[in-house]
Amino acid sequence: MSRVLLFGRLRDLAGWRERQIEPSPRTLAELRARLAHEDKALGEALAHPSVRIAVDQQIAVGEVVLGEASEIAFMPPMSGG
Amino acid sequence: MAVRLQDEPFDPAALLAGFGKGPETGAVVSFSGVCRAEGGTLEALELEAYPGFTDREIGEMAEAARKRFDLHDLLIVHRTGRIAPGEAIVFVATAAAHRREAFEAADQLMDYLKSRAPFWKKAHGADGGRWIEPRLEDYEDAARWDAPQERPV
Repeated sequence: MSRVLLFGRLRDLAGWRERQIEPSPRTLAELRARLAHEDKALGEALAHPSVRIAVDQQIAVGEVVLGEASEIAFMPPMSGG
Repeated sequence: MAVRLQDEPFDPAALLAGFGKGPETGAVVSFSGVCRAEGGTLEALELEAYPGFTDREIGEMAEAARKRFDLHDLLIVHRTGRIAPGEAIVFVATAAAHRREAFEAADQLMDYLKSRAPFWKKAHGADGGRWIEPRLEDYEDAARWDAPQERPV
């Protein structure tokens, strides 16, 4: 099981902040495709290059094999405090 | 050195009162960022953090500033959640032997916190809410500190 987190405007767009995904996706691409299948607008927003991704709280770059990862966060541009 | 994120309001004066008491500390600088009313149009700011990630990122930046400016002590307190006009959003205090280091460290940390720290900010007003991204000036302010620190030998 994987925990998916959305921040900022992504949370508003999706209408949720956090959810469990089962079975765990094997790759980031698979996770994106599954979310996009349910919600096309969210899928497009998640694919935007300005959205950064953290896998188990480490910034991930490019295509990622999730393996045993338990937490995947999608982060729109950070605003600062 | 401490970095705290909290939903609860805080009193900057109370935080400053207990800060920077080391025997060799000759300079204490503090900055408080306060939520503006924006001419009455702002009902509240909402600041979202990623618990664990946001504190760690700020902690790493704080540790880098501590080393770079030879700080004796450093305190960062940042609000999250819903913040009303007039309430403090952020408090940064630095303690050093001399004023230059204390001023510059506080300046750098605030530039970082205002532009690059992992927060997402939404302004709530009568017309609903809108997400805010850093202003160009915030990025430019933060970039002032990116220049190489040492000349090649």
